[in-house]
Amino acid sequence: MSAPTLTTVWTASLHRELTLIWRSPADIVQPLFFFVVVVTLFPLALSPKPALLALVAPGAVWVAALLAVMLSLDGLFRRDQESGALDLLLTAPGVSVVPVTAKLLAHWLLTGLPLALIAPLLGYMLQLPVAVLDTLMVSVLLGTPTLTVVGAIGAALTVGLNRGGILLAVLVLPLYVPVLVFGAGVVRTALDGLPTGGLLAVLGAILALAVSLGPVAVALGLRISAGD
Amino acid sequence: MDAPRLTVRQLGCERDHRMLFQHLDFSARNGEIWQVTGANGAGKTTLLRILVGLHGFYDGRVEWAAPLSPALLYLGHQPGVREELTARENLEYSRALSGQTGDLDAALAAVDLYGFEDVPAGRLSAGQQRRIALARLWLDGKAVWILDEPFTAIDQQGVAALDQRLREAAAQGVLVIYTSHHRVGDGVHRLHLGQNTEVTA
Repeated sequence: MSAPTLTTVWTASLHRELTLIWRSPADIVQPLFFFVVVVTLFPLALSPKPALLALVAPGAVWVAALLAVMLSLDGLFRRDQESGALDLLLTAPGVSVVPVTAKLLAHWLLTGLPLALIAPLLGYMLQLPVAVLDTLMVSVLLGTPTLTVVGAIGAALTVGLNRGGILLAVLVLPLYVPVLVFGAGVVRTALDGLPTGGLLAVLGAILALAVSLGPVAVALGLRISAGD
Repeated sequence: MDAPRLTVRQLGCERDHRMLFQHLDFSARNGEIWQVTGANGAGKTTLLRILVGLHGFYDGRVEWAAPLSPALLYLGHQPGVREELTARENLEYSRALSGQTGDLDAALAAVDLYGFEDVPAGRLSAGQQRRIALARLWLDGKAVWILDEPFTAIDQQGVAALDQRLREAAAQGVLVIYTSHHRVGDGVHRLHLGQNTEVTA
């Protein structure tokens, strides 16, 4: 009769998830590549006028980041489900929230974080003033974990379905709207030279809500999917 | 005789408008080996998933005398092995997750994976991947083993070793419930799912 300590499960899970993503580099490169390509296409499609680009830049960067995160989440639990590792996780003693949280953290570290790090470069390319670039990065940094957690709830509920991708988008996109509105809104506010503290605080509050309740919802979603 | 560890009363399960099984009654004690048989699609996997609490849609009652999850070693229909990870990494993760104890290398050696510890599971054969999952049976700390087709893709020698391991465990008081057409020696309780569900003690 034995139950593991939370620390053991947390360390082992985090190590495993990071190793898994690290060993399939396509999972890291694909969202990043998507992000860069979509943003790069905007000046080509619109017009290279700096004033116009700076105007659409916050929205363009944010929409691309949002879609990049959503596309990366479709396969979040699929290979674990197909291999049976998900059943292992759900039948393990202790709360399944711990390994689930480790998975989400690992996923964000290797997909969401790179997006946030490269966002200022793309903003600069779209002629955003240098003074606004830090706000852009902070907003993406605060927004992407929320996108990961909320998207993971959808991914957990659709893991058992073939072609769950569209359903995932339908489930998750409405929930992404507040993050998009406030995320792009912060950057626009900074562009207008207004204080951004309040809007960043709202993004932070949404993040706190998502991080505290999201993993529980993900774990429950996985249980529902497994029970079918 | 001690009280049963698992009591199943009037268990029935319907799937896709088809009754898989119904009015299933049996009770299993520590140290017993239960073999679940039945044709393909008779509901063997579903029965095991109900027992471990993964499948929630059923009639009747499933009662465990002691909390199941700290005692449970469940081996599902899929081995739960990720191809990107090595044999040792896979086993290390399942050991940490389930709270088992014991030496990883000794367990891997017991399933004939000595020398394959650091090979990614994706480069191993189906039988060897199955053996990575089976290595958990050579770790300690679990009193209820629920195994879905443990003998699949395992060669003759492996089957013999597994046979012996299951009997050893039962002798130490582990309750073993498995699905397979392979029979582990005498004194095994049999549960047949099908048109006429029967329990042979």
